[in-house]
Amino acid sequence: MRYLSLILKNSWRNRRRTILTIASIGVSMCLLGVLVAMYHAFYLSSPTPAQALRLVTRNRVSLTVAIPASYQSRIKRVPGVREAMIANWFGGTYKDARDPKNQFSRFTVEPEKLFTVYGEFHIPEDQKQAFIHDRTGCVIGRDLADSFGFKLGDRITLTGDIYPGNYEFTVRGIFDSPPPNGVMYINKEYVEQSLPEARRGEVGMYYILVDDSRNSAQIAEAIDAQFRNSPAETKTESEQAFIIGFLSLIGNVKMFLVAIAGAVTFTILLVSANTMAMSVRERVREVGVLKTLGFTPGIILVLILGEACTISTAGGIVGYLISTLLMQAVSKSPIGGFAPTQSFFEPVVALACMGIAASVGLLSSLVPALGAARAPIVAALRSND
Amino acid sequence: MAIPLSYNLRNLVVRKTTTLMTALGIALTVAVLLAILALVNGLRVTLSTSGDPLHVIALRKGATSEVVSLFTRSQFQDLKFKPGIAAGRDGQPLASLEVISVINLASVDNPGGTNVTVRGLMPAGIELRHNVRLAEGRWFNPSRREVVVGKSVAGRFPAARLGRKIRIARSEWDIVGVIDAARGAQDSEIWGDLYQVSSDLDRSEVVSSAVFQVTDAVTAKALISNINNDRRLELTASSEKDYYDEQTSSAAPLEFIGLMVAIIMAVGSSFAAMNTMYAAVARRAREIGTLRVLGFSRFSILLSFFVEGVLLSALGGILACLLVLPLNGITTAIGSTNFADLAFDFHLTPQIMLTGIAFAVLLGSVGGLFPAGTASRKEILTALREA
Repeated sequence: MRYLSLILKNSWRNRRRTILTIASIGVSMCLLGVLVAMYHAFYLSSPTPAQALRLVTRNRVSLTVAIPASYQSRIKRVPGVREAMIANWFGGTYKDARDPKNQFSRFTVEPEKLFTVYGEFHIPEDQKQAFIHDRTGCVIGRDLADSFGFKLGDRITLTGDIYPGNYEFTVRGIFDSPPPNGVMYINKEYVEQSLPEARRGEVGMYYILVDDSRNSAQIAEAIDAQFRNSPAETKTESEQAFIIGFLSLIGNVKMFLVAIAGAVTFTILLVSANTMAMSVRERVREVGVLKTLGFTPGIILVLILGEACTISTAGGIVGYLISTLLMQAVSKSPIGGFAPTQSFFEPVVALACMGIAASVGLLSSLVPALGAARAPIVAALRSND
Repeated sequence: MAIPLSYNLRNLVVRKTTTLMTALGIALTVAVLLAILALVNGLRVTLSTSGDPLHVIALRKGATSEVVSLFTRSQFQDLKFKPGIAAGRDGQPLASLEVISVINLASVDNPGGTNVTVRGLMPAGIELRHNVRLAEGRWFNPSRREVVVGKSVAGRFPAARLGRKIRIARSEWDIVGVIDAARGAQDSEIWGDLYQVSSDLDRSEVVSSAVFQVTDAVTAKALISNINNDRRLELTASSEKDYYDEQTSSAAPLEFIGLMVAIIMAVGSSFAAMNTMYAAVARRAREIGTLRVLGFSRFSILLSFFVEGVLLSALGGILACLLVLPLNGITTAIGSTNFADLAFDFHLTPQIMLTGIAFAVLLGSVGGLFPAGTASRKEILTALREA
């Protein structure tokens, strides 16, 4: 600790180089911060208490193959199941489908059950009743309302594909939810009538509310067991697992994140190594002087490693701070909709970023530091590079 | 007079560790960009080889992909005898009614399961798809529960290899052949007979789409407008080529994310390049003074250091091409608009590599400009006196 001020002074000696290095590491670290935060949100975070209470049942074959509506009552009889709501993907297009902004999610649901299953949605009671009683009504998330400027009573026109035809829905309610939500929920009774006779009464998925999240795994198993060896076997999983399943549809997201993070880390390592190599090379004579004054090789090693760590950690902090801002933007983008929750500060992510920054600093300066520590005094003093 | 290029080259060689490290940093940045461009290009190649301009595909009005389309048998009977449809070997119109669904299979990359397209089609559907040929085994027997699988399905899904049994909806199917669509989207599909597949899916009446072979481009246009204008049918038709081209949009988000990542990394790398070049300028202060004494102008000095920065980054660009080269031809997959896995290869072209080198040079020139300016502003005497 005694040498801290010396380390700080040394790092600040060539200001331009230090600032450029910090900027370079900072920019890369902010990218790495976003990647780590996304990886964490997708694969490592735990569901919110409300989400942990929900299961999703679909056809075992795939999501596009329907299951009968008659399963609803059988699912509700499974012990531990509090409610089972029919939900279908509506699909369709809103205005120009090529604009990603217009590709918000649309589901047909049973209006009277929606706010039971999604206990965390907040909606005024009169709006909820208006939705239940208007067959052509819909409710939308606050995010969707804000991005299009939809108000109560507005009409939203959609062109259906799975449900053929043009539809006009009236906004009957706008709900708030803890992770802001841009989904549109439609009354299922109304749109079902447009289907050919043969496809009515088919269900895409059941959203199930269980009474205790600790039992959800057994309940999921019990539901699937009910329908084993029947014409339409089911697959029940937690809502979080269900959503992550969609990620695999985009492509190999995990590998994508890891590969880019690897490339970024390696770039930072190179940048930092280069800087430290340059600094040490310029100071060979100085190291000789320090050694003459009685500094042991161990201390010289600590001084140089410390300098590298200081600079790379400073870059890491700058980068991490920018990345938290960027994450806010990412979570508003379509891909962010897959991530369960994103809080502004995630200790694990912050720690991971700092850890990477510090170890990159150590690793990058190891070779020049060892070289300087081992250099014989006379040779070092003679050097005039 | 300009300072000879060999001066810069020799300088880069003398400081080879620094040069290599900086170039490698730039190379990694450019490699990320190249990988993304190769990925997007591979997807485009696959989609553009999948569609034939002389195939007309009809979907339910409003549907943008086959999997969300509903198509009834009676609609097909009305369509089959529309003018312009070519005749097959048996004299019947080359028209195929098809059912598309997806099934969840565990893949090599994703043991949790990925969606795979299953297509039930008529014999005419096989006859009209000239780009698809049998690579191994035999075609399925229309009266049995047999399927053939696309080449990349067979390669990526252990459960779907030749000779295995696979479960589609309710029954077990024998995999009797492997088809090769020359990198088209059909390589990611499982094919069986229309009647067998639709009954297994319990969709005997309402299926998905219809595909027709037409004789030439003019008839294709006529048939498309004929179907689109027939209000009774409630269908939309397009050429199969347009249908697949439209799906290229699924690569747009990936392309956007990739570009963002590459630009952010480029900013970082250009700072690093700046650092290296500043160090080069500082170390060679006396040399700069000498060059000025010899009569080289400030501008020659500026140009010389700028060129050195560009050379450094061009080296990075070339290294990036070498780094990405092994990726070429590797198969990966993306979610298609059909809600299923679409396999394609990384496809690196000389054009993409040139883009990468240009990108490297751009970030190198940004990084080299300021140090070169510093070098050119040095006064002769102070430069000569500097240690």
